[in-house]
Amino acid sequence: MIYFRYFRMVLGTFLQYRLNMLLVIAGQLFNTLSTFLGLYFLFERFGNIDGWTFGEVAMCYGITITAFAFTECFARGFDVFSGFIRQGTFDRILLRPRSTVLQILGSNVEITRIGRIAVSAAVLAYAIGEIGVTWSAMRIFTVAMMIVSGVFVFAGVFMLGATVCFWTVDGLEFINIFTNGGKELAAYPLVIYPQRVIQFFTFVIPYGAFNYLPLMYVTGRSDNALYALSTLLFVPFIAVCLIAWRIGVRHYVSTGN
Amino acid sequence: MSAYIGMFRMKFISGLQYRAAAWAGIATQFAWGFMLIMIYRAFYRSSSAAPPMEWPQLVAYIWLQQSLLAFWMLWGQDETLLSDIRDGQIAYELCRPYDLYSYWYARLIGMRLANVSLRFAPLLIVASLLPQAYRLTLPPSFGASAMFIVTLALGMLLIVAVSMFIYILTFVTLTPTGAKIIVAVASDFLGGHIIPIPFLPKWLQRVSDFLPFRYASDLPLRLYSGNISGADALTQIAIQLVWIVGLILLGRLAFGRVMRNVTVQGG
Repeated sequence: MIYFRYFRMVLGTFLQYRLNMLLVIAGQLFNTLSTFLGLYFLFERFGNIDGWTFGEVAMCYGITITAFAFTECFARGFDVFSGFIRQGTFDRILLRPRSTVLQILGSNVEITRIGRIAVSAAVLAYAIGEIGVTWSAMRIFTVAMMIVSGVFVFAGVFMLGATVCFWTVDGLEFINIFTNGGKELAAYPLVIYPQRVIQFFTFVIPYGAFNYLPLMYVTGRSDNALYALSTLLFVPFIAVCLIAWRIGVRHYVSTGN
Repeated sequence: MSAYIGMFRMKFISGLQYRAAAWAGIATQFAWGFMLIMIYRAFYRSSSAAPPMEWPQLVAYIWLQQSLLAFWMLWGQDETLLSDIRDGQIAYELCRPYDLYSYWYARLIGMRLANVSLRFAPLLIVASLLPQAYRLTLPPSFGASAMFIVTLALGMLLIVAVSMFIYILTFVTLTPTGAKIIVAVASDFLGGHIIPIPFLPKWLQRVSDFLPFRYASDLPLRLYSGNISGADALTQIAIQLVWIVGLILLGRLAFGRVMRNVTVQGG
């Protein structure tokens, strides 16, 4: 409930600048679409990538950006967390009798990303039409799980990035490699990459667990249901992230203000 | 004139202070370049259709683009200036007895040059030492390298002229996010930052030919590897020059317009 009050407040401030809002929404829309267009043009030219068709890669991409868009909209607070440390506002959060995670989730809701969620979902819907498999209940369920799992994995990565801030706020841009960079990389099925990259993005940061592996099942490359179950890998991952966050909070020394 | 050079120098020197951010940027750009090369490699081995760029040309395009990215990325702007427009601090700028357009232009050039100076070298060195398939190779001829350097410098003048429109538009919308995103997205796509221009379908390449963006980035990057050469190169450099002059004139005109009825916010 508190979360929704935060949500309304941020929306209110945003609506004050109308022309800007329109530009932002149009820009976000085209920004999301432009990467997808790029993907489309590359497939128009090359036809496939290591045997994966446009529909299948579009699916991989659609799942990834949909999950990312949700995470960016609702867990943006962790993405901009260094500001809390720099300005000492994290002290205020620690004083309140609510969990730090909830407060940071609520501190910043990116309304502008709603456009991005819509476009991502449209891309995903398009891909589902394009992929050409027979849709069983299990497959549909797997796709739903992929999105849920993806949202949690991205949120976990944002949280890890925020945790780093407890030790240093210098050069934090490198976290982008794993958030934005990881998102772009995982937009393609991991199989196209060298072995070490695949291992890293399956076992360390499990992006492959919510798109590439379950897609093996959804696209009918394998009938092994274990591939569908890999979506559950987000549970241990998010647990590790929460533990890291706790350790970080305990380590926190105020910058003073 | 010396005031403008002073502004440029101030921005340049202060820009050089952000070392930690620069290292993080270098790491990011390196990872990004690597990722792109891995993806294109998979595409190249998956199809027998003749690609529009030879493999070493594409690799050079990607590495140069990543190492010189700060020249062209319109997402990064002078945030102080933008927030000044937003909260009314800009009133002080308006009092200065300078030609503001030139003053800001110099300021933005300084910022971009500093960002690039801090970043480009490590990435280029590493990229030219990589295993062969990933390696950045030298330009095919002396002419190509000369044209690369000249158009790169001109390209910066061009992209800053484009970015001035973000500031002009912010005077209208009063908050910078929208103006920035629209211009940056257009430049990303039509400047070859999403996929290199030769990979776009023919009709979109035509569209990009008629807009300024690709003359800032795509042109120098392809001159470097010889993907564009000969008479074609000279024509395109001429177009680049026309755009620089045209956009600066247009920008000054628009700037004059918004200056006539500026709203200073805040109190």
